[in-house]
Amino acid sequence: MARINSGPELEDARKVIVSKRELDKAWLAICGGISCLGGRDSLIHAFEEEIRKQALEGKVGVRVTGCHGFCAQGPNVVIYPEEICYVRVQPEDASEIVSRTLIGKKVVDRLVYTDPVTGKKAVHQSEIPYYKKQTRNLLGMNPRIDPRSIDDYLAIGGYSALAKALLRMSPEQVLEEVKKANLRGRGGGGFPAGLKWETARNAKAEIKYVICNGHEGEPGAYMDRAIFQGNPHLIVEGLIIGGYAVGARQGFIYTRHDMPRLRENVDLALKMAEEYGFLGKNILGSGFDFQIEVHLDVGIFVSGEASALMKSIEGKAPEPRPKYTRTAVKGIWERPSNLNNVETWANVPQIISKGSDWYAGIGTERSKGTKMISLSGNIVNTGVVEVPFGTSLREIVYDIGGGIPNGKKLKAVHFGAAMGGTLPVELIDTPLDFDALSKLGAGIGAGGLFVMDEDTDMVEMSRFFLDFLANESCGKCVPCREGIRQMLRIFSRMSEGKGKEGDIETLEELCEVGSLASLCALGKTTSSPIRSALRFFRKEYEKSIESKAGAV
Amino acid sequence: MDEQRIDEIINKYGGKANSVIMVLMDIQHENHWLPREVLAQVSEKLGVPLSEILHIATFYKTFSLKPQGRHEVHVCRGTSCHQRGSARILEKVRNLIGINPGETTSDLRFSLENGSCLGCCTLGPEMVVDGVHYRNITPEDVEEILENYK
Repeated sequence: MARINSGPELEDARKVIVSKRELDKAWLAICGGISCLGGRDSLIHAFEEEIRKQALEGKVGVRVTGCHGFCAQGPNVVIYPEEICYVRVQPEDASEIVSRTLIGKKVVDRLVYTDPVTGKKAVHQSEIPYYKKQTRNLLGMNPRIDPRSIDDYLAIGGYSALAKALLRMSPEQVLEEVKKANLRGRGGGGFPAGLKWETARNAKAEIKYVICNGHEGEPGAYMDRAIFQGNPHLIVEGLIIGGYAVGARQGFIYTRHDMPRLRENVDLALKMAEEYGFLGKNILGSGFDFQIEVHLDVGIFVSGEASALMKSIEGKAPEPRPKYTRTAVKGIWERPSNLNNVETWANVPQIISKGSDWYAGIGTERSKGTKMISLSGNIVNTGVVEVPFGTSLREIVYDIGGGIPNGKKLKAVHFGAAMGGTLPVELIDTPLDFDALSKLGAGIGAGGLFVMDEDTDMVEMSRFFLDFLANESCGKCVPCREGIRQMLRIFSRMSEGKGKEGDIETLEELCEVGSLASLCALGKTTSSPIRSALRFFRKEYEKSIESKAGAV
Repeated sequence: MDEQRIDEIINKYGGKANSVIMVLMDIQHENHWLPREVLAQVSEKLGVPLSEILHIATFYKTFSLKPQGRHEVHVCRGTSCHQRGSARILEKVRNLIGINPGETTSDLRFSLENGSCLGCCTLGPEMVVDGVHYRNITPEDVEEILENYK
């Protein structure tokens, strides 16, 4: 494909791509998420082999897509154009699916999802309660496109937001639109993205950077890789638009090293975007130049922290620094560096295409749009979920998540892993909202929702989180390094029922010091799970001390 | 690992000082560990002090300064896997191959790690051997899985 040099050329190219599509062609969309394939290619090979055997090459298409979302029922396969959804598909099923469904247009009953409560079968994705109750503005595209095909992305309207921003809007107008949409950062803090962009834009410097943080190191958070692997051009498009608004000509993508398929898809997306002229010099004839470089985390939690991540891009060990000056003013090589998380960038193209009014119509008063949630722990339907802000946690856990397995009762839900907070079952009607949840001490974090059943021991849970953090603390500042170690020592004792009088008070003091005096968010929020456990489950903590007294 | 191959890797990233992490990662990936003399060569070629390279190589968990086994076994100890019984999986692996996380068997068959969150939280507990994820496993499955890796 020749480089696209203007808005009209882009629309012409799109028309050509769409006109070549055979709408009635049979397609297999195999979920390529890590939960479905597990790093193996056997399912893909089985289908390819079967298509060869039945001499259907060219007549039937196979695409390995990003995560469809319903991990608990994986491996997931969807057959287009009918949108027939098969669950728990094994390589042995390939032959039957190809001959009966792709050719014979009949449904293979045993591979269809059955609702465990009603016993009802759901043939199409749109009929499965898990999907039906979501608003999949971002994730919904995943099964429909091949992440390795830029044409697939263009066919669904891709890069039209970029064209609109570059050719019909000034950088200030783009910034204003994102501010009006009240897009808040999805990486943890919920800080308004528009304000951060504005700070970077107003910082006086010749060279500025924009960064996509795809580190996603928080245990139990896996929604970013679902969208990044499944629809990489969406994030690339968002990042270019951000660069334009901020005044940066260089972007960085920082992502995981241990997901080969994710990296391949991102690398290929960048290569194709450059070939088509969405990256490089004079993009779409606008005069705007922009490039993107990929950097990888090599296995440490703290390198997802903004200032540590920027050190890593400079080629140094990722130790956080104090934030007397924001990274939006002084970041990579002391230059203004605007960092947002994958999901934040993924929201940008739709805000520009559909406008801030449309966007602000979704969600609650101060939390706009949808949120992707990673649902894990003691819950029936584990997977990646996307719902509008304002959806109650009850709806997420019961209506979408299918409730608690093994006939157990729900005890609590936990957001934000080792640096998050816990809410008891009594607060299950709380809406998904940045402010409502942080008021209760359980900020959304990156969006990992961890469900705990009645057997969960809160003291053991606190100990477990600290054990993780003790390993991940970079050791640069004392309150974090030593504080976590001391707290872990106390919890190890308490979890064996050997708590001492005064332990809880010491913990409270250590929490206070750690949150005030640590350098970065890791140390500052170590106390969050402990504080929320003290708030809602104090009796359990006290019991682990009393039992000692009882034993003596 | 021969000197020429290391030069190739360094050149792939343009020989820039800020590519040091990427260079080390490629070497780790091919050679499975970072011998001292290799680090010295990287230091010289990129103009980055050896002390700084050691800082990086000891900071990140993926880098190893000791020879690694032929097969890398990771037992996930993330929250979700923990909740679903990963401690028993790890215990079973330790009993079977006789080493603790961070160690390598004397016959260099296995290295054991216990990373926190390897990505399949939805289907825990999980164990990853040489990049292949085994999900929803029980301690009884472990022996059979490891048998595949000689």
